[in-house]
Amino acid sequence: MTLDVLYFAWLRERIGVPRERVESRAETVRDLVAELAARDDWHAAALADLSAVRVAVDQRLADMDASLAGAREVAFFPPMTGG
Amino acid sequence: MRVLVQSDPFDAAALLSGFGAGAGAVVTFTGLVRGDGGLVALELEHYPGMTEAALSDHARAAARRFALTDVLVVHRFGRIELGAPIMMVATAAPHRRAAFDGADFLMDWLKSRAPFWKREIGADGPGGWVAAKDADEDALSRW
Repeated sequence: MTLDVLYFAWLRERIGVPRERVESRAETVRDLVAELAARDDWHAAALADLSAVRVAVDQRLADMDASLAGAREVAFFPPMTGG
Repeated sequence: MRVLVQSDPFDAAALLSGFGAGAGAVVTFTGLVRGDGGLVALELEHYPGMTEAALSDHARAAARRFALTDVLVVHRFGRIELGAPIMMVATAAPHRRAAFDGADFLMDWLKSRAPFWKREIGADGPGGWVAAKDADEDALSRW
């Protein structure tokens, strides 16, 4: 499947792009993280500590075990600091 | 109910004109850029699309839970100077307790579930990203 993968805040800076389109066979977010980390050192470093990473699937907060069946957009970002 | 996500400054008085007409109580909270550690501004990044949807969902949830008669949420992104408003919530209800609780609930949620990320800007330029506080996460468990 084709996924739009978005990055925000320091994840965007470490990976070097705000978004990318990827061909993926991932069934869960965790599978996708493994695929992305295998792409290059920047992805691997940014996604090394998942305790510092939050995820949204199709713009809804999700967790690392969330299914990607039917998903089109996955975003990775640090814990949010609004308000 | 009204949700605004914008880079421009907002006019609180204009937004609150007529807000909660007919209610018994209106509570407003405004968050300002604080000058910690030589900070001169904040830069806020957000997730366009998700931000608006998440704020609207939560404003609706707050309205249901606290029987609010009106809710306003306005949140800025981009560069915001020291002392300037970052965001405001307003709640209207028949009685004050529901209006206070609804605003408190919305703020606790906004701090750690709305897709915004703050970066500190010092006199020498951009500094680090603001780290999320455990206390903000813990505050959500009150609800």
